[in-house]
Amino acid sequence: MSLLSLTGVTCRFGGITALNNLTLDLPQGAITGVIGPNGAGKTTLFNCITGAYRPSEGEIRLRGESLVGLAPHRIARLGVARTFQNIRLFPSMTVWEHLMVVQRGGGLRAALAPLGLSGAAPRRRAEQALERFGLAPFRDRLATTLPYGVMRRVELARALTAEPSLLLLDEPVAGMNHEEAASLATLLHGLVAEGLTLLLIEHDMGFVEQLCQQVHVLDFGTLIASGTPAEVRRIPAVIDAYLGVEG
Amino acid sequence: MISSYAAGLLAEIGIASIAALSVYVILAVGQLSLGNAAFMACGAYTASVLTVEHGVPIPLAIAAGAVVSGVLGLVVGFPALRLRGIYLAMATLGFGEMTRSFFLSLDATGGAAGYSGMQRLSLGGIWAWVLPLLALVLLAERSRLWLALNAVRDDETAARLLGLNTVALKLGAFSAAAALAGIAGGLFAHWHIFIEPGAFNLDRSTEMVLAVVLGGSTIALGPVFGAAALALAPEALRFIADWRLAAFGAVLIVILLLRPQGIIDKRLLRALKP
Amino acid sequence: MLLQQLVNGLTLGAVYTLVALGFSLVMGVLGILNLAVAELFMLGGYVGLTLMLDGQPLLVGLGAAALFTGLLGVVVERVAYQPLRNAPPIAPLLSTLGFSVIFQTVATNVWGSDPLLLPPELMDGRYQLGSISVGQAQLVVMATAVGMVAVLALVMRHTRFGYGLRAIAENRDVARLLGVPAPLVTSGAFALSGAMAGVAGVLIGLHYGALTPFVGVEVGLKAIAVMVVGGTTSIWGVLLAGPLLGVLEVMTVAFGGAAFRDMTVYGLMILTLLLRPQGLLGRAGGAQRV
Repeated sequence: MSLLSLTGVTCRFGGITALNNLTLDLPQGAITGVIGPNGAGKTTLFNCITGAYRPSEGEIRLRGESLVGLAPHRIARLGVARTFQNIRLFPSMTVWEHLMVVQRGGGLRAALAPLGLSGAAPRRRAEQALERFGLAPFRDRLATTLPYGVMRRVELARALTAEPSLLLLDEPVAGMNHEEAASLATLLHGLVAEGLTLLLIEHDMGFVEQLCQQVHVLDFGTLIASGTPAEVRRIPAVIDAYLGVEG
Repeated sequence: MISSYAAGLLAEIGIASIAALSVYVILAVGQLSLGNAAFMACGAYTASVLTVEHGVPIPLAIAAGAVVSGVLGLVVGFPALRLRGIYLAMATLGFGEMTRSFFLSLDATGGAAGYSGMQRLSLGGIWAWVLPLLALVLLAERSRLWLALNAVRDDETAARLLGLNTVALKLGAFSAAAALAGIAGGLFAHWHIFIEPGAFNLDRSTEMVLAVVLGGSTIALGPVFGAAALALAPEALRFIADWRLAAFGAVLIVILLLRPQGIIDKRLLRALKP
Repeated sequence: MLLQQLVNGLTLGAVYTLVALGFSLVMGVLGILNLAVAELFMLGGYVGLTLMLDGQPLLVGLGAAALFTGLLGVVVERVAYQPLRNAPPIAPLLSTLGFSVIFQTVATNVWGSDPLLLPPELMDGRYQLGSISVGQAQLVVMATAVGMVAVLALVMRHTRFGYGLRAIAENRDVARLLGVPAPLVTSGAFALSGAMAGVAGVLIGLHYGALTPFVGVEVGLKAIAVMVVGGTTSIWGVLLAGPLLGVLEVMTVAFGGAAFRDMTVYGLMILTLLLRPQGLLGRAGGAQRV
């Protein structure tokens, strides 16, 4: 059963077609990868799904409900969360505050309650995220002052505190060393085991092969191949467009 | 019993604190308003007309002034959503001057001659408003909602994509700030028992901003401290009486250069704790 | 009557244009609002008129005002802008506000808050052109403004400094790579901006026959509206908006009442910000520089 389905999604900016007639399905509870050379339209795809851009044509449905034209915060509330290619943490906030800020629920009263006293549920969620992502030692540090790998984890943890059903990861292991990437992979597997659906953009083919059941290859905004990582590797067009270039 | 002079100072501090907090609340979403005196004027005139012409009890009239200002804040906030930074500062400056000229030309409230006839609030009556409002802001700034406001300030796009309703947050901040300024105006009117458009000019807006920048823009105690410092400074600076505004200007520049977050911030408070 | 108001409006507009160019030079190049320009305008007026009351000729008054406020402009730049150039643009806005407060206090203490009145015999000549009467002062104001704009245009187009300014406005980093001495050019922009405002201050004194320390707030700040309406990055837009708003203001006073004066000017500014943020003649995207 598919969680997210895109049908004929096209996104143009002026004369440039960043996404061209893209159709794909994300199976529930799977990890799907999107690869392609720089400028292939990967991040544009994320921006269309999360409502940052409105596709020029086509339909995007989450559990059958159309997302096209919805404000980004509404899409987020329907269960779509994301991380950013170039980490976007809030400079004024501690790690703990990052884990509280996008949480929802409890209405205005809960939102207005002082953090120390706010309902047990948000605090528990944040505590869990601290634990799970190994952030407890950094709880009260300003997030943007932390090492790169930790910042990536804060971003991921922040996205998850919104309790999404679909998580979009934009190059999650960029700048990470091998060890960090491996531990992230374990973490992501764990999340998927709990029912989360993942869509990730990644350049690191090793990471993609390790993680993704299904891979879609974009080139110049067009979907040129889909399949398992092993299948995709053998398609000549993909080798030309992407893998060949990377060596 | 305190002297009427001391009472006057304390009342000034209370009113200026609430006014400064109105700038502080808008600053929480990263916007600088140079026109909050307009909201203050709106609250002052609304409350005064209600008490003088319609015999409404003072607290109720001040609350009504807050509501009217808050709605005005919402109305102004909508177009202001399209502007930020310097452009919003310029627009609010223009809005402030327009509001002042509106009251100048409004004969019903005396135009340039001003408006009077209000009953005077006691010092206790002023602080009966100031303390709860201060407590409210102090609590609010420890909430998740306040974090959300700061998220809009830090990175509006990211905040929106992470699920925060940035439009509602900005409008809410604008409206709440306007209501606060409206209350400050109502209190001002019923303390001085005379108001004129000139009392709500750019200098007034500047003073509010000054209090925030001076005292601290990252924690609500800062603006209150700033407002108090500005009210008390004429005493401390008596020896340079005529030059004290220049001293403020110089202090403002020095603060911006050396301690851009203002004198009071969380770290200082932590350090002061025994 | 209408024509007479037109002449009065154009005179006021000439002053607005100069001050607005003062704002615009810094805003267009560096993306910050130098609020102190409004008070440099006031100070320039006092310096120039004090000299003229002392018997110095007009040119000496104008030159001294330009020199004085130009230098102060550099002081503002060094103290209030340079250290904060990497901070959000609100920071230099506030620090220049600090300078505004200082300048106003200085003027109040040195010259008093009562108006400085010019003797009626100073530039009291009037020329009759059909039904309109044009004062000598008005002619001086307009001629000086035109002269200043011409000088500015020449500087912008034909000097290395002007080239540097335009390059920095386009892209600071690229300008540096091209060898534009950014710090020097930045100081130059503040100096020129201050000088324009200072000259305008002398002119407003001549036009009104009086000067108060509050003229910066009352007249100078309206030049911000002129700059916005014209387009913050467009000199030509300001040349159009200055006379336009001057005439509009004078007409509003003549036919609508003095109380509506500020409403018209600032109202037009707010409308412009909302509907056409790049201004009358500015390029699109001007308001994106935040």
